[in-house]
Amino acid sequence: MDYYEIFISILASTIRLSIPLIFTALAGLFSERAGIFDIGLEGKMLGSAFAAACVAYLTDSAWLGLGAGVVCSVALSLVHGFASITNRGNQIVSGVAINFFIAGITIVLGQAWFGQGGRTPQLPPEARFAPIILPGADAIHDVPIIGPLYANVISGNNILTYLAFLAVPFSWWVLYRTRFGLRLRAVGENPGAVDTAGISVAWLRYRAVMCAGILCGFAGTYLAIAQSAAFIKDMSAGKGYIALAALVFAKWKPVPVMFACLLFGFLDALANFMQGKSVPLIGEVPVQVFQALPYILTCVLLAGFIGVAIPPKAGGVPYTKER
Amino acid sequence: MSTASVPLPNWINYGLIPVLNLIVAFLISGFVVWLIGESPLDALSLLIEGSLGNGEFIGFTLFYATSFIFTGLSVAVAIHAGLFNIGSEGQAYVGGLGCALVALSLDKYVPWYVTMPVAVVGAALFGAIAAFIPAWLQAKRGSHIVITTIMFNYIIASLMNYLLVHVLIVPGKMAPETRTFLEGGQLPKLTWLMEIFGTKLGAAPLNISFIIALVMCYVVWLLIWRTKLGFEMRTLGVSPTAASYAGIPYMRIVMIAMMLSGALAGMMALNPVMGASARLQVGFVGGAGFVGIAVSLMGRNHPLGIIFAAILFGILYQGGDWISFEMPNITREMILVIQGLVILFAGALEYMFRPAIVRLYQQFKRA
Repeated sequence: MDYYEIFISILASTIRLSIPLIFTALAGLFSERAGIFDIGLEGKMLGSAFAAACVAYLTDSAWLGLGAGVVCSVALSLVHGFASITNRGNQIVSGVAINFFIAGITIVLGQAWFGQGGRTPQLPPEARFAPIILPGADAIHDVPIIGPLYANVISGNNILTYLAFLAVPFSWWVLYRTRFGLRLRAVGENPGAVDTAGISVAWLRYRAVMCAGILCGFAGTYLAIAQSAAFIKDMSAGKGYIALAALVFAKWKPVPVMFACLLFGFLDALANFMQGKSVPLIGEVPVQVFQALPYILTCVLLAGFIGVAIPPKAGGVPYTKER
Repeated sequence: MSTASVPLPNWINYGLIPVLNLIVAFLISGFVVWLIGESPLDALSLLIEGSLGNGEFIGFTLFYATSFIFTGLSVAVAIHAGLFNIGSEGQAYVGGLGCALVALSLDKYVPWYVTMPVAVVGAALFGAIAAFIPAWLQAKRGSHIVITTIMFNYIIASLMNYLLVHVLIVPGKMAPETRTFLEGGQLPKLTWLMEIFGTKLGAAPLNISFIIALVMCYVVWLLIWRTKLGFEMRTLGVSPTAASYAGIPYMRIVMIAMMLSGALAGMMALNPVMGASARLQVGFVGGAGFVGIAVSLMGRNHPLGIIFAAILFGILYQGGDWISFEMPNITREMILVIQGLVILFAGALEYMFRPAIVRLYQQFKRA
């Protein structure tokens, strides 16, 4: 295999591995910019993966699966909202609770309903999001350099992949170019000012967590019925936390979020590729190095060595109207 | 009038409200059991029978509770200083390395009662080291402790995996674990404790770290409520600005509180590593660090409350095992469901019933 082919295959798997991160990190972006910390991203992703796989299996429709994934994730977001907005509970605790609950319930229900040790049954091709071959991919395949890039990286992904990359500019537009986005960002910085302007802080924050729920639903659906063909227990495997790291790494901004997710996806792809291979001069790099690298990078950033990451000012603080 | 500022008597705050929250969590868990097609009442009786039915079951329950007391104390100490340490999981993992190294190097030469104090110090020291960087990042660089401790849980997991797979593994073996400690590196079981009560411990791994955990509860109580350092920590936790006005050094207290928290989390490792399996294994913490959050919350960050909450979670773990054994339809992960619900209702939705209770209480007082 020549170097360019290796490069293309790593690039293609980078894209595949980044998609759930992008959706989830954007979800976190909406929630955290509105002042609601969301540790429960992991749980929401896992829950929606389970819901999507179940419904896609029962109805043989990938789109209904997506719907179920989104509904499940939004429902969990509302629980998080109810705890942290209406009841002014601790947002971290609520997120931890959701993660535990989902980690358990998906396996308990999966085993009770399907009896395959927490797995859902294998999905037929029509119940999944199939790869889309873009026009001209076959024709251009043999053109050097551009051909493989177009045919293997840009073309041949499923619809959710393209949606993820569209979601980035769309999120930017919503957050920075609409009234809703302005208010959402304001409520994460200074909810008192928003309240003084006569806008409901609670309703605004509820809408923000619902946006997060929708995006997380896409992430989970992608895991279960686009990337794989079934729900496998604990299939989110810490991706929610990597997305959280990416969100911090990107300093809570939409376009950098995409690049951070691509970087972390690339590290993941590289780790898979490097397994058992040795690097000249260094020797075999343990796979754990790549696994830890996203978190180490984020900590280095947080230490202030790569610019400063300033979180939304009112993040994690419940809003109390009367004092 | 807002109900948030109305004072309630202690028996409502510390008794009625937590119990009510717990009941709701169990009702929903019961609903899940019913959804699967099993009887919630049967499941409940199995839960009680499986965790408290005989000496061996009680031994297992208290064995789990021991780990949860340590991690619960770890979370509580940090919370008193206003810090949310969700890194107990990782700190306990590193603590395991500390006590394993001590056990591996001493077990050939000395009996357990010489190894034990050194191992306690080793575990605590390694746990504290694991908490050091997040603490420093919080104190000096102002980065959020919640985020850094999450990151460190994963960094530590990768590091420990590496060490166990490549360094500590017994050459020629497949399982990523250290060699089994000899007698001198194992903590003795509390067979005598059970014999006092006239039952047998059986195969349950309840060991002397249970006693250490109880001692630590007392030490933490002393520290938080009877020392100058504890007072400074609590002041910082209630109001950082007041603390700074009173001349309490923010940086120092944050570092000390987090490292104490890490040390307590690290000591949790004594129980599974030296008490039960007598070797260091991949992922031996198994979520006990996160359970510590729930335990600390339910126990209102007080050592006495933490003991009760830890035993409750011990019952859940051991009883949950028994349920999944007797009712194959319900898998062991049902524990996670109940745990999630308990954390949700006792933690995040802590005050859900408070307004209603306040109104009832006021009516009752007027009458």
